[in-house]
Amino acid sequence: MEFLSNVINGISLGSIYAIIALGYTMVYGIAKMLNFAHGDVIMVGAYVCFFMTSRYNMPAVVGVLLSMFVCTVLGIVIERLAYKPLRQATSLAVLITAIGMSYFLQNAAQLLWTSNPKVFKSVVGSGSIELAEGLHISHVTVVTILVCVVIMIGLTVFTGKSKMGKAMRACSEDKGAAQLMGINVNTTISITFAIGSALAAIAGVLLCSAYPNLVPTTGSMPGIKAFTAAVFGGIGSIPGALIGGVLLGIIEIFAKAYISTEISDAIVFAVLIVVLLVKPTGLLGKKISEKV
Amino acid sequence: MKKMKKVVCFGLISAMMLSAFAGCGKKDSASEVIIIGGTGPLTGGAAVYGNAAKRGAEIAVEEINALGDIQFELKYEDDTHDAEKAVNAYNALKDWGVQISLGSVTSSPCVATSAETFADRIFALTPSASATDVTADKDNMFQMCFSDPNQGSASAQYISDKKLGTKVAIIYKNDDVYSTGIYDTFMNKAKELGIDVVSTTTFTTDSQTDFSVQLNDAKNAGADLVFLPMYYEAAALILAQAKSMSYAPKFFGVDGMDGILTLEGFDTSLAEGVMLLTPFSADASDEKTVNFVKKYNEKFGETPNQFAADAYDCVYAIYQACKNGKVTASMSAEDICDIMIAQFTTMKFDGLTGNGMTWGANGEVTKSPKGMVIENGVYVGLD
Repeated sequence: MEFLSNVINGISLGSIYAIIALGYTMVYGIAKMLNFAHGDVIMVGAYVCFFMTSRYNMPAVVGVLLSMFVCTVLGIVIERLAYKPLRQATSLAVLITAIGMSYFLQNAAQLLWTSNPKVFKSVVGSGSIELAEGLHISHVTVVTILVCVVIMIGLTVFTGKSKMGKAMRACSEDKGAAQLMGINVNTTISITFAIGSALAAIAGVLLCSAYPNLVPTTGSMPGIKAFTAAVFGGIGSIPGALIGGVLLGIIEIFAKAYISTEISDAIVFAVLIVVLLVKPTGLLGKKISEKV
Repeated sequence: MKKMKKVVCFGLISAMMLSAFAGCGKKDSASEVIIIGGTGPLTGGAAVYGNAAKRGAEIAVEEINALGDIQFELKYEDDTHDAEKAVNAYNALKDWGVQISLGSVTSSPCVATSAETFADRIFALTPSASATDVTADKDNMFQMCFSDPNQGSASAQYISDKKLGTKVAIIYKNDDVYSTGIYDTFMNKAKELGIDVVSTTTFTTDSQTDFSVQLNDAKNAGADLVFLPMYYEAAALILAQAKSMSYAPKFFGVDGMDGILTLEGFDTSLAEGVMLLTPFSADASDEKTVNFVKKYNEKFGETPNQFAADAYDCVYAIYQACKNGKVTASMSAEDICDIMIAQFTTMKFDGLTGNGMTWGANGEVTKSPKGMVIENGVYVGLD
């Protein structure tokens, strides 16, 4: 029973990592850049929803939609101002810009909304479903998993079937060739960021519904864990993000429950290292051979 | 582009000159007022504490200056809860001619600045840096708050005296000197008193989201009281998660728990029945507290927490010592330091955070903690 309840706790935590990882992996898969500011866009999304639902008493749906809208705009603006001028620069320069953007967002949030912690009101209520005696699964977890699966399927279909999705895949394989084929690379990448940021808003709302502590640094640690989850599952692979996230959550909870609460993070990252040593591209990562 | 550079250069130079003159202006006024300075996190993750302390001290300075007796000038520098920045902030204060220091608001920066004030022979009284390292081996460093060991052993004593729990679980933050300090002394005292500690689990700043494992451990061990030596942010999450897994032990916190009721968006029903030891309660009905809370509310639009009260008391304690020791603004910081040490080790002080406070030569304060329990969203005295 204790084992099962740990599994459920692991899935709860992991589903949150998974939903953040989906945004990471989507942007990486197409724009081939690690958007370290993703975690902070999540935080902005959570704040927008918080103000709508708690301060102005709007229904949760309005809060979620509005925070998706704000994050989408924010994502496009960030991309235009910070990443687009660096399109031809080395990936290291872009990476450092992303880290700078992450700090910028955190500090801006601190100025705008102060660092006083806020308690986020869950958008799906605080109830739980009793699976068996003493075995609960919270509504937030159920919703998070469902949303994860819907997003995963949606993204897979979108990138596989739609015209824009095909353009995205083309850009991810070879930007130069895609441009020669008449694809507007800049617009495609902007749209990728827009979608990634909208996903970040959903992730932010669900993250804070599950763990309702909202401060300007709320997104940073879950962001890093989710990035780890994305690498674990194979960065760029959409189903990989889901599997990586859930596994990471379960490993973390197991490490805490059965080994030690003190070194659980060390264990999580040790597992990651082992996985990457055995399978360098992650669990579901594709091995792409460079053609010369 | 070149023109642009020239303009920028000119701007910078004039800014530098201006600031140099501004410095002169301040030094002139220093002859009539005693300059008090402190560092605290005014921005960053711990800004709640720094701003509260700064505001509490501001109110006290305002009141004292209105008395027309000794005049103070207060300056706070931002240290963002970072030891290195705190030393820089302290140096800025020193350049500005600070005569009496309010140390730093949080523990790790204060450990760094207290070494500096010790070397410079500037008397320091910290409102809230509670770690023992702050005062250790420094004769001119005093604390207004309980030191961590005192909180830990006082909590254990309280739990045992009032028979609040038979099986105790502890969750503490093991990368935080405040939390581990209280934990260590609590455990020592608990052993001495024969309290049965059935579960001990930890978390860190980075894993401060999910507490399901820690709570499960406490629940499975049959703990009927969970001791939470931590700040209220994490405690709020623990309370919410305990409720969602329908685990309802008694929760017992320390002064870091104070503030949980004013947390924006917090469902205060979650904190129903939570007990804590804290020296200050904004709901107390004595005249001093009522006055302070009213002023603070008018000025800053929020209810003061214990950091504000501690800083307020600090300024008043310094005032009392200055008055009794006949300190004048023209004295050097070193002379003031000697007088203050002599005063603080002998005087009795009544403030918001306790009556009849005394200080030992080690700089630790003696005052009795008040047990509080949260009922219907307000603190109620336990005794």
